[in-house]
Amino acid sequence: MSATPSREAAIPRQSAGWSATLSHARHVIGENPVTGFSFGLLALLIFLAMFGPLLAPFDPLASDTAAALQAPTARHLFGTDQLGRDIFSRVIVATRLDMAIAIFSVALVFVVGGLAGIAAGFFGGWTDRIVGRIGDTIMAFPLFVLAMGIVAALGNTVTNIIIATAIINFPLYARIARTEASIRRDAGYVMAARLTGNSDLRIALTTIMPNILPLMMVQMSLTMGYAILNAAGLSFIGLGVRPPTPEWGIMVAEGAGSIISGEWWIALFPGLALMVAVFCFNLIGDGLRDIVDPSRRT
Amino acid sequence: MSAVPLLDISGLTVEFATRRGVVTAIQRVDISVAKGETVGIVGESGSGKSVTSYAVMRILDRAGRVAEGSIAFSGLDLTHAPESELRDLRGREMSMIFQNPRAALNPIRKVGHQIEDVLRQHARAGSGDAREKAIEALLQVRIQRPEERYDAYPFELSGGMCQRVVIALALACRPELLIADEPTTGLDVTTQKAVMDLLVDLTRDRGMSTILITHDLGLAAAYCDKVIVMEKGRVVETAAARDIFTRPAHPYTRKLMRATPRPGITLRDLLPEGEASPLPPPTSGDKTPLLKVENLVKEYPRPDQRNPIARFMPGGKAGAPGPFRAVDGISFEVARGESVGLVGESGCGKSTTSMMVMRLLDKTSGQIMFNGQDIGALAARDFARHPLRSKIQMVFQDPTDSLNPRYTAARAIMDPLYRLGGQSSSGTARARCEELARLVGLPADLLDRFPHQLSGGQKARVGIARAIALEPELVILDEPTAALDVSVQAVVLNLLADLKSTLGMSYLFVSHDLHVVQLLCDRVIVMNGGRIIEEGAASDVLERPQADYTRQLISAIPHPPV
Repeated sequence: MSATPSREAAIPRQSAGWSATLSHARHVIGENPVTGFSFGLLALLIFLAMFGPLLAPFDPLASDTAAALQAPTARHLFGTDQLGRDIFSRVIVATRLDMAIAIFSVALVFVVGGLAGIAAGFFGGWTDRIVGRIGDTIMAFPLFVLAMGIVAALGNTVTNIIIATAIINFPLYARIARTEASIRRDAGYVMAARLTGNSDLRIALTTIMPNILPLMMVQMSLTMGYAILNAAGLSFIGLGVRPPTPEWGIMVAEGAGSIISGEWWIALFPGLALMVAVFCFNLIGDGLRDIVDPSRRT
Repeated sequence: MSAVPLLDISGLTVEFATRRGVVTAIQRVDISVAKGETVGIVGESGSGKSVTSYAVMRILDRAGRVAEGSIAFSGLDLTHAPESELRDLRGREMSMIFQNPRAALNPIRKVGHQIEDVLRQHARAGSGDAREKAIEALLQVRIQRPEERYDAYPFELSGGMCQRVVIALALACRPELLIADEPTTGLDVTTQKAVMDLLVDLTRDRGMSTILITHDLGLAAAYCDKVIVMEKGRVVETAAARDIFTRPAHPYTRKLMRATPRPGITLRDLLPEGEASPLPPPTSGDKTPLLKVENLVKEYPRPDQRNPIARFMPGGKAGAPGPFRAVDGISFEVARGESVGLVGESGCGKSTTSMMVMRLLDKTSGQIMFNGQDIGALAARDFARHPLRSKIQMVFQDPTDSLNPRYTAARAIMDPLYRLGGQSSSGTARARCEELARLVGLPADLLDRFPHQLSGGQKARVGIARAIALEPELVILDEPTAALDVSVQAVVLNLLADLKSTLGMSYLFVSHDLHVVQLLCDRVIVMNGGRIIEEGAASDVLERPQADYTRQLISAIPHPPV
């Protein structure tokens, strides 16, 4: 057969692999300024998380009672708190802990919830019922109260905060993965995969999962912001990270009482950092989906 | 015919802004539709036939814009008319019917109410007489018992019935122009005939003008006064329907006509002149049965039987009919090297049969013997790793849907090699993959593309390469060309015939189109209602059909006047 439709020549040759993904990522980021901005913010957050302790001008734990409760100055950009600790340094150093909690808890729930959801949607039957009921049970509680309960029961360590945050997000991930997997269960390419000798487990992992990944990515970035808020919230009410560890939630809690007496900066700056981080993750979702989905790579 | 046409499109150019710059979808298109005239716009996908109609209705995407030219509708310039005026025009003066009738109806609203909505929108009915008028509209599209259907939801109606409702909606306000965009694609041939006959009768009675957009030259020729052939955004030929078949002027029209399957031709006649090598001689075949199906039955429980509570409700069980039999005791054979066509309309059980033979679906009873082994006895879920899996493969109906969007073409073709072919090194698998690509005529540089970067024909080739990768003995072709343009269909059908003669496979060709089946198959089995109605040599069945149902099927295929 030598008859080649003329259309075949019209599509320019596409280079495969990582370079294509990278150039596509550059395009997506360049196309939408909001996406570009949010990726810039993310880069800043990651940079601070990695090098925060080196960059901080003061020791975040060192108290200096002589310099307590100073308003922002050139020396203390964000001012100092009740113990005279530099808030700027504490905000920067806290980035690592807050980001770590968010990333690990979301990664955990992504794997566990995503796999459970795929199994439920793809295999149906009892798997579906069990996963569905577990999700329903979790959803039956006010989620923050549930997280409080889990941390209170297990003890307030960073690991337990991560586990609690993962558990309260489980139904969301399981449901999305279930819906998407059950839609794709009867797709032609799943049948084709079956014909070429793939076992069910293999199809679920290598065919279904990559295809619902773009959607899960968006979900991940949205819950990432939520996870940060949740961790900060737990710390705020005293169930999270223990003082004097620098953490945005605790810092807001510590500063909350002082706002009335005029020391607004203690709570404001960690609060702003929190807001920027959540904002960044919420914005990044759409851009992330466009990068991960190959069919957007026209 | 009056001197001033109802619709006059002149020099119309539509552009779309895309990531790769501005793309011209249609270029300097001139079309005029006189009052009461039926005009067919024929072309393959990407020819701009739908864009033309969207421009007329002014429902182009936001990215699209009319760059040049004018559209005059009974004297009004549509390209510059304000949106408020257009809104009034749409539905009242000009209406449109889309391809998928089910998608065009609101799924959660009764069809009667949907018709009322249109009538009220254009002040053709008040609250008092709306119901009456809606029922009348249903009656006019020949829907039986319209008072009952008034209360039906779209999901309760068949595809043909839904399209009738859509026609009723479109014609409710007695528009002057109707644009039908592939109104019967996806419907069975007998339904297609009923819908088209209805459409033509209604528009003729009311003196309406119609634009019929279709990829099917035969359909356009059978129902239109004038046919316009479009290619790549340009009008290449405009002629009276009768003339276009007897004296096609443009080479593209000739190519399209050649590629349209029709009785009394061979596969090679579909290809453009000069391109066809002689057809390989029919394989003699040792006539030992490769596949033997006996008394195969597939039953599905009816919905009320699936509900455990219904069993305890009064009258729930006593009067209920037995389970629904999708396949009702059929027996047939496929010999080694033979191709057999399984023909029937949707719901006749042909797909269920092929799924069971394919071992993707468990039978209720009966036998499926493959090479003397009862594969029907093996559970479908365990068959994926059975050694015989590689011997029975399938080419799917929709080349887009059957390719994993995240696999490149090469990965899709290599998948069976890794899983069942015992290949583990990527080097040898890649070499085999390139050999397969050559075999199906897929350029090697396309192998690293993702499905969305390939055309329909290329995707079909990838699907075929994947199916033959393991040198199967039986390949089930499930309407492999239904989603393709006729010229691509011609190439793919020839490719399948060539592959069969070089590789010596057997085909079970599942299709609704008798003309296509006759080209590729030695024998044809006609199914209806889960049973075999007729069986015999392809030419015999097509030329001397014995059963009434077969005769009905054949006569419903639109014939170009030869």
